[in-house]
Amino acid sequence: PDVDNAVEAAKAAFQRGAPWRQMDALSRGRLLHKLADLLERDRVILATLETMDTGKPFLQAYFIDLEGCIKTLRYYAGWADKIQGRTIPVDENFVCFTRHEPMGVCGAITPWNFPLLMLVWKMAPALCCGNTLVIKPAEQTPLTSLYIGSLIKEVGFPPGVVNIVPGYGPTAGAAISTHHSIDKIAFTGSTKVGKLIKEAASKSNLKRVTLELGGKNPCIVCADADLDLAVECAHQGVFFNQGQCCTAASRVFVEEQIYPEFVKRSVEYAKKRLVGDPFDARTEQGPQIDQKQFDKILELIESGKKEGAKLECGGLAIEDRGLFIKPTVFSEVTDNMRIAKEEIFGPVQPIMKFKSIEEVIRRANSTEYGLTAAVFTKNLDRALTLASALQSGTVWINCYNALYAQAPFGGFKMSGNGREL
Amino acid sequence: MKKQDSDSNPAPVLPVLPEPLRSLKIKYTKIFINNEWHDSVSGKKFEVFNPANEEKICEVEEGDKADVDKAVKAARKAFELGSPWRTMDASERGRLLNKLADLVERDRLILATMEAIDGGKLFSTAYLMDLGACIKTLRYCAGWADKIHGRTVPMDGNFFTFTRHEPIGVCGQIIPWNFPLVMFIWKIAPALCCGNTVVVKPAEQTPLTALYMGSLIKEAGFPPGVVNIVPGFGPTAGAAISHHMDVDKVAFTGSTEVGKLIKEAAGKSNLKRVTLELGGKSPNIIFADADLDSAVEFAHIGLFYHQGQCCIAGSRIFVEEPIYDEFVRRSIERAKKYTLGNPLLPGVQQGPQIDKEQFQKILELIESGKKEGAKLECGGGAWGDKGYFIQPTVFSNVTDDMRIAKEEIFGPVQQIMKFKTIDEVIKRANNTTYGLAAAVFTKDIDKALTFAAALQAGTVWVNCYSAMSAQCPFGGFKMSGNGREM
Repeated sequence: PDVDNAVEAAKAAFQRGAPWRQMDALSRGRLLHKLADLLERDRVILATLETMDTGKPFLQAYFIDLEGCIKTLRYYAGWADKIQGRTIPVDENFVCFTRHEPMGVCGAITPWNFPLLMLVWKMAPALCCGNTLVIKPAEQTPLTSLYIGSLIKEVGFPPGVVNIVPGYGPTAGAAISTHHSIDKIAFTGSTKVGKLIKEAASKSNLKRVTLELGGKNPCIVCADADLDLAVECAHQGVFFNQGQCCTAASRVFVEEQIYPEFVKRSVEYAKKRLVGDPFDARTEQGPQIDQKQFDKILELIESGKKEGAKLECGGLAIEDRGLFIKPTVFSEVTDNMRIAKEEIFGPVQPIMKFKSIEEVIRRANSTEYGLTAAVFTKNLDRALTLASALQSGTVWINCYNALYAQAPFGGFKMSGNGREL
Repeated sequence: MKKQDSDSNPAPVLPVLPEPLRSLKIKYTKIFINNEWHDSVSGKKFEVFNPANEEKICEVEEGDKADVDKAVKAARKAFELGSPWRTMDASERGRLLNKLADLVERDRLILATMEAIDGGKLFSTAYLMDLGACIKTLRYCAGWADKIHGRTVPMDGNFFTFTRHEPIGVCGQIIPWNFPLVMFIWKIAPALCCGNTVVVKPAEQTPLTALYMGSLIKEAGFPPGVVNIVPGFGPTAGAAISHHMDVDKVAFTGSTEVGKLIKEAAGKSNLKRVTLELGGKSPNIIFADADLDSAVEFAHIGLFYHQGQCCIAGSRIFVEEPIYDEFVRRSIERAKKYTLGNPLLPGVQQGPQIDKEQFQKILELIESGKKEGAKLECGGGAWGDKGYFIQPTVFSNVTDDMRIAKEEIFGPVQQIMKFKTIDEVIKRANNTTYGLAAAVFTKDIDKALTFAAALQAGTVWVNCYSAMSAQCPFGGFKMSGNGREM
C-alpha cells in the first residue's frame, strides 16, 4: 500500500499540465544543479551516514562515492534541455518529426553496495528527461536515500516527482515490479533477483526494464604488461569496497611467464591491506554488509580450499571483530572451481594461469556474465583485439574501475539489460 | 510554433525588476589580455558616449593591430598542447562556464545598468531580457562541454577508427552594438565550451559590458589567455583579426557590408573558418484568418523592439488584402502609445538610436519613403533636442520597389504592404538577398507548414515573432549569414 500511495503521487506529478510537465527543460536542469550544490554542502553528513550504514571506509565514501554523485548530477543537469528529436524527410507531402518524451512513472530499486551513488545513477537521468520516480532503497542501507529526500524538497522539486519507499525486496520491491501504473523499472542487484523482476514486469504490464546485475569479471594480465601497474589495478579491482562491486576483478588470468611473480606481489599487497574501523583514516577495508553475505563469502572460501586451490593468504574471518574478512588470495585456480564461476562479492582474489591469447579469450568469455573486463599489455594490437573479442559491456585497458558520468555503463548477457549513464 | 497552454511555467523565470544603479562607476576601460589589463600599444584612447544625451561616459584604450597581435599570441599560448586549458577535463570547462553564469547573476544589476547607458537600451529590457538570455546561454553551453561526442566507425579493413571533435584553436570574434552583452556571450560560450581560446573585439560604440566581463572571467578562474578582449575600431582592430595569419576562425555579427569584407580578408590571408550573422529584411506575413490582435502586437514588437535595431526586425509586413485597413489602423494606434526618453527611467518605452551615423541614415530612409510615395501614417522625424531619438514611424501603401522595402533600416520604421495570394506573397517575401528570419500568422495548419518550407529564411516563426532560446540554432540564408550560432 505504501508503494501504491507513492505511485499515485508520482502519477499525479506526471499529469499533463502538472508543474513538472510544464517546466522548461532548462529549469529541470537548474534543479538538478541545485541538488548537486546541496550534496556538496552536506557532503560530510552524507559520507558519514553512508559509512555508518554500509561499513565502507569514510574517506572512500567522501572522495569517491560523493564525488561520483555530484558529478553525475551536474552531468545530467546539462543534458536536460538537449534531448532532441529529429525532423525526417518522409515520402510524400508530410511533415514528420520525432519527440523524445519522458516515459512516466519509473520504479527504481537500488542496491546496498553504493547506496547513494546508485540512487543518483537512477534519479539523475530519469529526472533529466522529465520522468517521476518511486524509489526503493536496499533494506540494509536506506539512510542516505532518505536524506536525499529532504534535499529534493529543499531544492524545490514539485511534490510527487521523487518518492522514496524503504522496505524489503519480496514486499516493496515486488510491489513495484508488478505494479500496473509503473511505466518502467530500473534495478541494480543480483542476477537472481534481476530475473524475477523481468518476469514480473512481463506478467504485469510489460513495463520497460533495465537491469544492472552481477559480474565475474576477467582481468587479463599479459607478460608484456607493466607488472606493478597490473598488480595494483588487479588488487584494487577485486578488493575495492570490500569486494562488493559488480565490477570486481574476480578472475585474474595471468600469462604463464609472469605468473609466479604476479602472485607473489599480489599476496604482498593483500597482506598489507589494512582492515579496520571505517572511520579510521588509515583503513582500506571495512566489514562486509551483513551476516548473510559474510556467511556466503566464507562458504565460498571453504569451497576454494576443498576444491584444491592454493590458499596464499587470508582465508578466514577476523575474530571478535564483527563481519570482517581477511583479504584472501587463491592461486592455482582452475575454471571449474566454484570460486572461478560464482560471484563471491567479498575480498577474495582467484588468480589463474594462461598460455595463449586465443585460450584466454575463450576462457574469459565462458560465463553467463559479461559486465566488465580488463587487459594489461603494452601491445596495441593485442589491446584492440581483446577489446572487441571480450564479451563485456566495458573493457578497461591498463586501468581498472575507470567510471565516469560521461561514459555509458552496462552488461552483456546476464550481467544486465540496457545501459546507464 | 507557440503551443497551447504553454504559458504557465512554475519555475521562476522573470525576477523582480530593481531600480538601475544611481551612479555607476566604470572600472574596466583597458585591454584585457592574459587576465591582465593593458594600455594600448599606441597610447591612444577613444571616447564612449551615452546615446540618450550624447554625453561622454568615459575613455577606453583603443586597440589596434599591435594589441591584436599581443592578444593572439596570448590566446595561442593558452591553446598549446599541455596547457592548463588543453588538459582541463571537459566537465571542468563546463563548471567554469556555470561559475561565470553565477557571477553574471550576482552582478546582473551592474551589467544591466551599464548596458542601458552604453547602448541606449531600455533598462527593464536589459535587466530582464538581455541579462536573462546571457545567463541561460552560459548555462546551456556549460552543459554541452563534456557531451561533444565523436564516433567509432566500422570502416573496411582491419582498422580501429574513431573521430574526435577537437577545438578549432584561436577564434577571433567581432561583436555588434545592438545586443553587446548577449552577442558577446553567444560568441564566447560555445567557443569556450568546446575548448577554444578567443580574441574578442567589442563594438566601439559599446565596449563597456564586454570589458566588465573580463573581470568576471578572471574571477571565475579561466586560465590566462583563454579570453582576451581588445576594444577598438573595425578598420583597424577588426581588420587585424580578420587578416591575422594565426587566427583559426573568425565569427562576426554585424552588417552584410562588413561581413563581405571579413570573408574576403579570411580568404586572402590564411583561409580561416568564417561564420557570419548579418542583416535582414525579414518578412512578416499576416493572413486574414490570423488572430488579428495577436498579429498586430507581435508585428509591432517584432519591428520596434530595441528601437528597431535588430537583425531579425520584421521590417516588411505583408497583410492579406481583406484585413489590410484594419491591420494598419491598429498598428498606428499601437505605435502612437509610446513614451520616448531616458532608457533608465521606468515608464519609458523607447530609447535612442545608437549614434549619429545610424540616426542620420534612418532619417534619410524615412525621407525616401515620403518621396517615393509611401503613406506616412505617424511619426516620420526626430524627437527631442538631445540624444538620437526618432519617433515611432509607420508607413502604409508601401510597394516592393521603394527603398524602405528593400534596404535594412535598423530603426523604428514599420512598413506595411498588401498581398492577395499565397504564391504571390511567397515570391515577394523571398525576393531579397537577405534571409535571416520570417513569420506567418494564420490558424490554418497547412498554410503554416507550407510557409515554413517555402520561405527562404533561417528561422520561420508561426503565430509568434522573435521567439529565441538558448537551445535553438540561429542563422541566415543567403546574404544574411554563413553558418549557425547556438
